[in-house]
Amino acid sequence: MGCGAVGSLFAANLAQLEDVEVWAYDLSQPHVDAINAKGLMLTGAGEVAGQVRATTDPAALPACDFGIVATKAMHTENAIAATAHAFSDAAVASVQNGVGNEEVLARHVTRVIRGTTFPAGKILEPGVVQWDVKGDTTLGPFEPSPAPTDEIERLADACTRSGMPAAAVADARPAQWRKVIFNAATNPVGALTGLTHGRVCERPDLRALVSTLVGEGKVVAAAQGITLDADPEELIDHAAKPEVAYDHKASMLQDVEARRQTEIDFLNGGIGRFGRELGVPTPLNDAVTQLVKALEDSWH
Amino acid sequence: MIESVCVVGAGTIGSLFAGHLAQVADLSVLTRRKEHADALCEHGLRISGRSELHARVSATNDPRELPDVDLAIVACKGTDLDDVASSLSGRLPGATVMTVQNGLGAEEIVQRHGDWPLLSAITFMSGTRHSDTEVEYVLDTPTWLGPYEAAPCERAEEVAALIVSSGLKAEAFADLRPAQWSKLIFNATVNGVAALTGLPHDRHFAAENEGDGLGRLVRRLMDEGKAVAAAAGIPPGEDPWEMNVHATQRGSTHRPSMLEDVEAHRPTEVESINGALVREAERTGVPVLLQRALYALVRGKEASYS
Repeated sequence: MGCGAVGSLFAANLAQLEDVEVWAYDLSQPHVDAINAKGLMLTGAGEVAGQVRATTDPAALPACDFGIVATKAMHTENAIAATAHAFSDAAVASVQNGVGNEEVLARHVTRVIRGTTFPAGKILEPGVVQWDVKGDTTLGPFEPSPAPTDEIERLADACTRSGMPAAAVADARPAQWRKVIFNAATNPVGALTGLTHGRVCERPDLRALVSTLVGEGKVVAAAQGITLDADPEELIDHAAKPEVAYDHKASMLQDVEARRQTEIDFLNGGIGRFGRELGVPTPLNDAVTQLVKALEDSWH
Repeated sequence: MIESVCVVGAGTIGSLFAGHLAQVADLSVLTRRKEHADALCEHGLRISGRSELHARVSATNDPRELPDVDLAIVACKGTDLDDVASSLSGRLPGATVMTVQNGLGAEEIVQRHGDWPLLSAITFMSGTRHSDTEVEYVLDTPTWLGPYEAAPCERAEEVAALIVSSGLKAEAFADLRPAQWSKLIFNATVNGVAALTGLPHDRHFAAENEGDGLGRLVRRLMDEGKAVAAAAGIPPGEDPWEMNVHATQRGSTHRPSMLEDVEAHRPTEVESINGALVREAERTGVPVLLQRALYALVRGKEASYS
């Protein structure tokens, strides 16, 4: 569900497997038509042509064994509400950004997989996706409404065999919170200032702000008993190196420049919501959430 | 008696002072650009909106040509103040100098370049500059002024009376610092948030009821500022939050100068406004997590121009 860049990477790769039939649900008619006419093409980090059946019509979806949700986080509710009938006996995984997506899925399906994925790309034209970077995917149970372990392992195995390495783990929260803390600390700062990741990090005042955002996120993670699998601070400094991602514009900055709605509600806004439920104050995450939402409001 | 006035810097605020005060005093204007001075000499200065005036003014961009005056109103942007004050060094021996810059620290900068008696002022009036010689008077809110350090209180009262007689609103205070801080906290918050979000100062800034209403952030930022003012020993002035609510209910939506500056990729007054507040917080040991973030983000936005 959601055959943007990340959804396309999963769809085209999984379609390589003889024992897997892949359907793609997406709202873009040109993209869907191109996929049905010519297949779903990946280029860049891998050259892949996937025979995928695509549709904009939820009623056209057959009953599936697995769902992979790759929409922008703010579209999760609409996507799963429209397609839940296809997943009445399925495990559904979120591979989206942010926190709070699994909670939305669990309102519509019973077996939910918590996923975090690092590969990235962008749509070049309908049916054609640039695969920018390869990366791992972590899959685990969504604890309040979990898919069983063997089901998670089947999905991870299929992804791995198809060329999208995935690990089935007992607790996927450390990977998810590491990623959300990283993104929530860097994306809004880039979006509000217009600076690339490297330029944010070389300004001591902004780097300190990033650290304060990381610190609030770590406290919220710790309050849930989560031990992060890597220190977001080190990942942030690593990414700032010239040979890594110094010139990278955060996806939220790209959204702001294109005046597209951002995922702020599921990044800093998500950290704030979890913080409130746990009684952990997150004043700076709350502040940047309000600033980015006000920035979105300025477009109307 | 104040019979002659020089307005230094003919942006929106300077032009509003010049156009009005020319009605009641001999008026000279010092501009940054020669074309601007020439246009003013040739066409005069036209004020529309809340006043309809056409003033003859004598203007120059050369400080050496300025006549001595009783009062000099320095109305350039804070970012230009040091250069402008330096160009006045050794001139205007008979003048009282009044600063109207946003933020804190304008008086200290002027003081480095001469021993004029100083008045502090803050102005809440606003306008729209249509050309070098045409300015619309939009909000007829007052200018507040008071003596700085040893300057006599009577001088502030005399200047306030002159401004009022010219058709603008003004009031003199024995201690301007409470008002100065109210405006500092207001400006640091409203200008900073507007510059980062692109929103004009509108109803969003007072919206507290929605879960993620921007007004909640605005209130927290202002609470931090009030804590700094209290720690610095400033008696409480008008509540910046009330000023914010009132301004957003007026119907017209003001575009703060810092927003206009970032949209035009110009340097902003962030140092003398947000920077001044954060430095004062550091001096007094008051934590200002959110004001510090705003300051860093606006500086980052300026850095993104190049």
